[in-house]
Amino acid sequence: MKEDFMLSCPLPKSDAERVQLAHGGGGRLMQNLIESVFVRQFENPHLIQRHDSAVFEAPPGRLALTTDSYVVKPLFFPGGDIGSLAVNGTINDLAMAGARPLHLSAAFILEEGFLLSDLHQVVESMHRAAQAARVTIVTGDTKVVDKGKGDGLFINTTGVGVLEHGLTIAPSSVQVGDAILVSGDLGRHGIAVMAAREGLDFETTIQSDCAPLAEPISALLNAGIEIHCLRDLTRGGLASALNEIASASLAKIYVEECQIPVEEEVQAACEILGFDPLYVANEGRFVAFVPERLKEKTLSLLREFPICRNASSIGYVADLKGSVVLLKNRIGTERIMDMLSGEQLPRIC
Amino acid sequence: MKYVSEYRNEKSVHQMAAAIESRITRPWKLMEVCGGQTHAIVRFGIDQILPKDLTLVHGPGCPICVTPTAWIDKAIEVASLSQVTFCSFGDMLRVPGTREDLFSAKARGGDVRVVYSPLDALKLAEKLPEREVVFFAVGFETTAPATALAVHQAKLKGIRNFSLLIAHVLVPPAMEAILSSPRNQVQGFLAAGHVCTVMGFHEYDPIALKYRVPIVVTGFEPLDILEGVYLAVSQLEEGRFEVENQYRRAVERSGNLAAQNLIQTVFKVVTRPWRGLGEIPGSGLGMNDAYREFDAESRFGTVSKEVKESTFCISGEILQGLKKPNECPAFASRCTPDHPLGATMVSMEGACAAYYRYRHHKEASEISQVAGEP
Repeated sequence: MKEDFMLSCPLPKSDAERVQLAHGGGGRLMQNLIESVFVRQFENPHLIQRHDSAVFEAPPGRLALTTDSYVVKPLFFPGGDIGSLAVNGTINDLAMAGARPLHLSAAFILEEGFLLSDLHQVVESMHRAAQAARVTIVTGDTKVVDKGKGDGLFINTTGVGVLEHGLTIAPSSVQVGDAILVSGDLGRHGIAVMAAREGLDFETTIQSDCAPLAEPISALLNAGIEIHCLRDLTRGGLASALNEIASASLAKIYVEECQIPVEEEVQAACEILGFDPLYVANEGRFVAFVPERLKEKTLSLLREFPICRNASSIGYVADLKGSVVLLKNRIGTERIMDMLSGEQLPRIC
Repeated sequence: MKYVSEYRNEKSVHQMAAAIESRITRPWKLMEVCGGQTHAIVRFGIDQILPKDLTLVHGPGCPICVTPTAWIDKAIEVASLSQVTFCSFGDMLRVPGTREDLFSAKARGGDVRVVYSPLDALKLAEKLPEREVVFFAVGFETTAPATALAVHQAKLKGIRNFSLLIAHVLVPPAMEAILSSPRNQVQGFLAAGHVCTVMGFHEYDPIALKYRVPIVVTGFEPLDILEGVYLAVSQLEEGRFEVENQYRRAVERSGNLAAQNLIQTVFKVVTRPWRGLGEIPGSGLGMNDAYREFDAESRFGTVSKEVKESTFCISGEILQGLKKPNECPAFASRCTPDHPLGATMVSMEGACAAYYRYRHHKEASEISQVAGEP
């Protein structure tokens, strides 16, 4: 939480409390910002060289590269902030390709007038997230836009990782009979952010599930689990992820609603708002397609990790001639679990 | 979760379906009035477990679906004014007007905001005294008390930069309009539970008596809906035409008197056109004279009375229970949630959107065949 935050190092002295256009102007003020905020937090041998590019040796294996931009509102929410999101989100995209994340770049678009103390807090949070996931932020960029031309702060991160195995983890590897596992309970991030943004007061504060997923994936790979496909359940939630995989692999997917873990507080919030938790965003959850015979072993490996303790088997691939996701719901009937046209909107009454 | 899981219990649901099966001796057609009920029926596949002789047709109780294009056009016109901050429930933003929707007005630079309550719009008016804050007041008797409260508070606090574009409609006149149509096929109603939490259900007594139809006030969970069907079928089989209350945990006969008083204080009953159903006498709410200054139509001009509905869209027949969404030639081809031709494809509670979302795929046709649907 924003107000609970303690800086690990004292705030550097600066005349400015807020971001000014000159912070992006290439002059001394910009140098001060880079030194006092970014280099100070992200300190590592690559960044200290202050080169235009980070130069590093790549370990043996195929490389994975991914990029994502983060525009969350509000910037701080229960269980995370735009900083932890920007690091974990990109790490998770690497992990979903079966890659071990190595390095990140971070580009900041700051709006004139943005509080420097908030920037410190975000950067500190990025540092902690990167440290926890053992990745380094090796290069970066800062731009400042006029007041009113941004929404406080936008962050882009690009990540590079290495694949230290021979598997092709992709929809094209999905096979008939694959078990479909979900790594934890659904819907926390979307509800937490929405509640914070709209000032919705629920009895309990729902925390975002924002977390790095590289470690549990790495544990599965190290144990020799033949993973066929992975997908993190971000925007559009479980339903969109399964539809994307079904569409790319031509799979007919069956899932059982009663096997899909959703915590009561999230379910209750969804009931009030008219949302379906299967479509709500997550930032620390994924689905894994593995051979049926490895289902139990995969589940027990995943459940060793606190963020995956609610991992559950939710369905299977029936054939590769369908491109459809079918859901057996709680009363025993079947329906399509389709992709949404746009975002979910709260119901009127 | 209490009040949810016990009403979605597989065993109880199938027991209730079996009870309906044991009661029914001939074909009956019931209409669920509320879009929330339609959504639950399609989402949970409740029609799949009902006896073949029982047909559920989907009613007009979706506020988005019945708001005429002229109101959407007016909303877009007002939202495009530079001095206006236009507030709406999220679902309304996607509904196509004659040329565009509110999302497009927003993209063109209109200050359009999604709010969760009209009271949030009122707060915004207090916060932005230099702006004209307009709230798009759509919905049935369920949402009317909150909009009435917002206007009432605006008057008490002297907040003059707040107004309502009113598209509120009332359920019982629409039920009468359906029953009095020469094409009517509906033999009984599952009345909208949430509307009755506000209004009670004494209004339905004369309708049940006049048209000789059972009316069962019904909730929204699978077991609620099946129990509503059971009570309505039992009445039909026994030749009774009464008003019954299935949704006893939420609805009392007299309803919420404070909410009703507020509606009566702020609004008056007016004749209103419904999308697909046409003009229905006494079916809408307009601003009472004492609150006229808060009526957006008095500030920004009146809504056009011209009818401009899509010629392809059969939502009128769907809203009267004459056809089902998959009987429309445009369904899932020319008309999809990405390119809706009519409002029943836009709103989450619209019958077409529910059919598209849960059963448009070819697999779905297998599902509906099992359920004995056309």
